[in-house]
Amino acid sequence: MVEDKTLVSRFFNGFNVVLLILITLLCIYPVWYTLVISLSDKAAVSAGQVFFWPKDFTLGAYSLIVEDGKFLNSFLISIQRVVLGTITTFVVVLLMAYPLSKTSKEFGPRNIIMWLLIFAMLFNGGLVPWYMTMKTLGMTNNIWGLVLGGGLPVFNVILVMNFFRNLPKELEESAVMDGAGPWRILFDIYLPLSKPVLATILVFTIVMHWNEFFQALVLMTNNDLYPLQTYIRSVTVEIDPSQIDAESAQRLASSSNQTLNAAKIFISMLPLLVIYPFFQRYFVKGITLGSVKG
Amino acid sequence: MLLPGIIWLFFFNLLPMYGILMAFKDFNPGIGLWKSEWIGLENFKYMFELDDSKQIFRNTIVIALLKMIGNLVVPLVFALMLNEVKNRFFTRSVQTIVYLPHFLSWVIIAGIMLDMFSISGPVNQLLTAIGIKPIMFFADAGIFPALVVGSDIWKEFGFAAIIYFAALTSISPELYEAAAIDGASQFRRLISITLPSILPVAVLLGTLSMGNILNAGFDQIFNLYNPLVYSTGDIIDTWVYRAGLIDMQYGLATAVGLLKSIVGFILIAFSYGLAYRFANYRIF
Repeated sequence: MVEDKTLVSRFFNGFNVVLLILITLLCIYPVWYTLVISLSDKAAVSAGQVFFWPKDFTLGAYSLIVEDGKFLNSFLISIQRVVLGTITTFVVVLLMAYPLSKTSKEFGPRNIIMWLLIFAMLFNGGLVPWYMTMKTLGMTNNIWGLVLGGGLPVFNVILVMNFFRNLPKELEESAVMDGAGPWRILFDIYLPLSKPVLATILVFTIVMHWNEFFQALVLMTNNDLYPLQTYIRSVTVEIDPSQIDAESAQRLASSSNQTLNAAKIFISMLPLLVIYPFFQRYFVKGITLGSVKG
Repeated sequence: MLLPGIIWLFFFNLLPMYGILMAFKDFNPGIGLWKSEWIGLENFKYMFELDDSKQIFRNTIVIALLKMIGNLVVPLVFALMLNEVKNRFFTRSVQTIVYLPHFLSWVIIAGIMLDMFSISGPVNQLLTAIGIKPIMFFADAGIFPALVVGSDIWKEFGFAAIIYFAALTSISPELYEAAAIDGASQFRRLISITLPSILPVAVLLGTLSMGNILNAGFDQIFNLYNPLVYSTGDIIDTWVYRAGLIDMQYGLATAVGLLKSIVGFILIAFSYGLAYRFANYRIF
């Protein structure tokens, strides 16, 4: 690349770098701040003395969480949900994507199913009919309501299908000559070649299930069945609309359990922060390959 | 092979569409949907008579539009800025960090924001330091839309920039070499080469985002809002939740939801159509 050595250019570059560093700090600071208040003493936090470093360092909030059965319980429900949800999505998406990656000559009903998928992706019945259906199907107070209730992730199917279509046809043809059936071809030829796209949907599915809070809020009448995000919501951001007055507005502004809540928030981010560096390189590839083409 | 997928699709994507009938009926949970009385468009008429409806439609469009503009411009400018830095380690580190907020849930971000913007929090401390009185951010209907739009941009700009980065790396370096030999300054090259090269991507993304004009972001607003800011923060989706599942006005909530789905569907179909025609963009 060509370097520009003029004074204006140097000034611009310096300014640019400083601004970028500021923007980056702005992205990380709220997360850091949460960690810092979770490690500080309550009094110092409510007096507004904590900014960049813990004041009167204490692990008190974290030891309270360890003793808190409800937190641990919802943490385990979230893990259960992520595992079941990811396996289900993964298997079903792969099984759908393979036949749909064929042309309609090779696989007759392909176009009909495709249109059905697109329609289901773009149009839905809305919240109330969805809730009624879930209730009728017995999906309330049931972990499968969380796993399946979001519906088939049509976008993932399309992503994987597009990837399969770009694999060389000759591979499949030679496998057919050697007597391999569709299952064999899918598992022994397609899947090993599809690692980038599989990693991408794996990450998106895990994050989606880990972060989703709304389904449980609607489907679980029993609070003990809340996954982590729904539980966190119930202790940190939810306020009772019938009791809103100047006093609770004040409470909104300065929460009494700030350090404890910050610790809960931080722990619920932790799994993400831990796996983030590992999956970071995959999703960039997955995004660019799935979204913009030609 | 298709069977599990079709079953899933049928029960959880398609079956709920049957419940749309509720919008045209006086739904009585006691006797079930099918036996409830048909009332035609009563629910829709009632919807337009409500004062709430004007407010939620206005709020939805205002918030969604502001987000659309912000989420188009900020990632573009950010990508251009980062592209001017030639130090690989620096650009990599910046990218890694700015992607992060995208992966946090709105529950978490709302929790963090309540701390950041509380009376004793860092934002108000900063305001006090420069001589402005502390503000109760979450209790002020005038400020609320700015919080919503700002936090959405904060969460998504880094991730949205990925597509621009991809477009930027595909620009041929020879163009820059040639321009430099002709004496074009760094600024000139930015205006005459970089910008025109990624503008088509920006236009494409802008076109596609038009389909989302009725999606102002349920998860976000649902976690951030409270009755004090309903006048500027309540959107169609949050209203449908309260009317339908809290106040149990099933028919009315379904009607509002249905109207939103239909208009949204038309807008998405239209914007995909445009993208297909002018940018040859296809999703399958």
